Amino acid sequence: MTDFGFTRAKSSTVNLDEVDTSLYRKMLQVEPDVKRCMECGSCSAVCTAAPLSGMSVRKVIHALERGVDIAPMLSGCMLCGKCTMVCPRGINTRHLILSLERYYKEEEKA
Amino acid sequence: MKENVVIIGGGIAGIEAAKQLLLLGYSPIIVEKQDHLGGHVAEWHKLFPDMTPAKEIVDQMTSEIGGANVFLETTVSSLNRLSNGYSVVLSNGIAIVCRAILIATGFHLFDAEKKEEYGYGVYNQVITNRDLEHWFNSGKDVRIDGREMKKIGFVHCVGSRDLKAGNSQCSKVCCVTAIKQAIEMKEKFPDAEIYCFYMDLRLFGKKYEDFYINAQKDYGIHFIRGRVSEVGEKIDGSLQVKAEDTLSGKPLKVTLDLLVLMAGMVCNPRTTEIARMIHADIDTDGFLRSRNNIYNIMESDRPGIFLAGTCTGTKTVPETVAEARAAVLSIHNYLSR
Amino acid sequence: MIYEGKQKIWADYQKEIPDDHWYFVRSCIRQNFFPASEKYFTEITKNVLGKDIYESPHHTTCGGIAYHCDTIPQETVMTIVARQFALMTEAGYENYAASCITSFGNYIETLESWHEFPELEAKIRDYLWKACRKEFNKPKYVAHSSDLIYKFRNEIASRAKFRLVNKETGEPLRVVEHIGCHYNKMFPSKGVGGAEYPYVLCGMVESWGGQIIDYPERRHCCGYGFRQYHVQANRGYSFSNTHKKFESMEPYKPDMIITNCPGCPYFLDRWQYVTAETEGKTYGDKPGQGIPVFTYEEVAGLVLGYDPWDLGLQLHQVAVEPLLDKIGIPYDPASKYLGVNKKDLGRPVLPECMTCF
Repeated sequence: MTDFGFTRAKSSTVNLDEVDTSLYRKMLQVEPDVKRCMECGSCSAVCTAAPLSGMSVRKVIHALERGVDIAPMLSGCMLCGKCTMVCPRGINTRHLILSLERYYKEEEKA
Repeated sequence: MKENVVIIGGGIAGIEAAKQLLLLGYSPIIVEKQDHLGGHVAEWHKLFPDMTPAKEIVDQMTSEIGGANVFLETTVSSLNRLSNGYSVVLSNGIAIVCRAILIATGFHLFDAEKKEEYGYGVYNQVITNRDLEHWFNSGKDVRIDGREMKKIGFVHCVGSRDLKAGNSQCSKVCCVTAIKQAIEMKEKFPDAEIYCFYMDLRLFGKKYEDFYINAQKDYGIHFIRGRVSEVGEKIDGSLQVKAEDTLSGKPLKVTLDLLVLMAGMVCNPRTTEIARMIHADIDTDGFLRSRNNIYNIMESDRPGIFLAGTCTGTKTVPETVAEARAAVLSIHNYLSR
Repeated sequence: MIYEGKQKIWADYQKEIPDDHWYFVRSCIRQNFFPASEKYFTEITKNVLGKDIYESPHHTTCGGIAYHCDTIPQETVMTIVARQFALMTEAGYENYAASCITSFGNYIETLESWHEFPELEAKIRDYLWKACRKEFNKPKYVAHSSDLIYKFRNEIASRAKFRLVNKETGEPLRVVEHIGCHYNKMFPSKGVGGAEYPYVLCGMVESWGGQIIDYPERRHCCGYGFRQYHVQANRGYSFSNTHKKFESMEPYKPDMIITNCPGCPYFLDRWQYVTAETEGKTYGDKPGQGIPVFTYEEVAGLVLGYDPWDLGLQLHQVAVEPLLDKIGIPYDPASKYLGVNKKDLGRPVLPECMTCF
């Protein structure tokens, strides 16, 4: 193979035909209210960890629906529960984070 | 003898106005260019927010105007100002003299072919909101019948909020109509993934937001904030649709079996013609100008010329009906002076 | 696909293209990339169709490459354009035909800018006068040279020795058309057929017997992007865009690609080689062959029966012989790499998974 000094750039396009939404569907079983999220961002705005760690509950939910790996983001969460308090759609975001943590832990064990 | 009032347009505004005029003892005359009453609503299947059959509403309303003169497949050929009213000549040759005219000419559905990038009229699987309602009513559309529907998309704001298409206005009803139609499609195709591509969800009306929450929670409809930018047809006839997933800031593409364009409301060209006949003004948004956009939408600045419904701007069905009643009260006050 | 729907759009975007008397300007790069294309444009229009096509040896670059690489200001580009118009005026012409897509876009952009901002035109007239004591009239009509071949497509078809038809099966060849972005994306009304469903190349292909393929990434840019290619570190972006197009057209198994831009055919051709070398993948109906890419003049030349090697097709990366065989165009393999003076041009290095003849 020839080295041309450049390679094909990786596309950032989200291809909905190929996303794996199995984790999203799994989470809907434990926290079905996630479907009601309208991405208002209230959760991220009050988040204790957000300004320090890049954690954003809104982004977690968005990425979950798009099948993106969210494990790295979760570690910033301090589980204070402010996001759940502020959610106008009544989503138990704290429960969602805990469920995701549990899922990743079980994955690790397996 | 009862006094004539000419109503131009036999949609829901015209029908409701006729009913109220009859109750007040006038003789309403409806001039309708199509062969039936009910306008756009008569072509619709079910109406939000209670999924009321449109036919039921139109039939009910029409049944109450038995005493009105209705000229179907008729247009206004000329309108002339008299010293104390107007002379209206119809395309069927009949001339009417009246002191008050109600313009209820309604809107024109945006011609989705103008948004060339969406390929309506070029790609088989691109349809409009009206086509879908027609399918709900007739059950016949080769683009849907017998096809596997795994993924369906709805594009909000087609021709609305679009300066380049010449329509800066929001059509008000498309957001909730898209959600309504998305739910109806999910009921018909329970295994399909359904995507709504929106810029903003403008769900201002009674129970609209509940509709949205139901669509999310009970029907699992996906809402993607981003305007569809381009549609292409794949070799199997399915569609490749591109948008930006603006909430993640990434471009997004998806293959769809059907794309429904939510064509918006634009001013009916017939309305502009009639306005010209009586030298009535057009507002800066292209619709008819009311005397006052806050407290006197139903009156024009021409004596004896009244306005109801979407000839003055985009409106919902209940808003249109309420405005027709208000216009009749204005007409009554005017004629009773 | 609803063909009538496209016809409706095409009917909305027809531009007036005068029949004769054109002042013709060449592209900076086409004579290197596709050395015979412009020669055969003038050969076909002048000698076959008998048109008056005038060229001035004094014309220069339009400044488009520098402009799009963001290295010269727009006023400079406009003054260069003004000088070109002055040469046209001096030669007594009113119709201006550009061989390059970016030039065409540049001329249209300049004229539209002057139309919107007359004070800018006055300033440029002043600059031109100060710089070289020239004055100019604006052209009455500006066309891309593909507009002219489009206009004369049926005349060319009537003189055709070959058609874009597979001689074995009798089926029309499956042709991908690719339009240069600056032809119609900036000013859709200035391109035949508009920007979403351009007709300028479709019309030629239909007239010459082929069948157009409409694939999802048809409108996508080839990715040249000037700075994206000229800076080696950025070439990945350029390459990725062509790659995206090929992935999208792959299922249709196109027989050939026709283009009207200087850059696009070059990149659509060369990047196939890079794809083969770096990813081991080739496109087209037979593995290892790729999809041959042509300029519209080369296709017109083939249809009219000119020798493929006189048309410069030996300088393509993707070998054209399989396509010539499909149509039934005769060629002499032994003289492929002989130049006009019969001097050996040398052979290209053989890519590992791509056939060269």
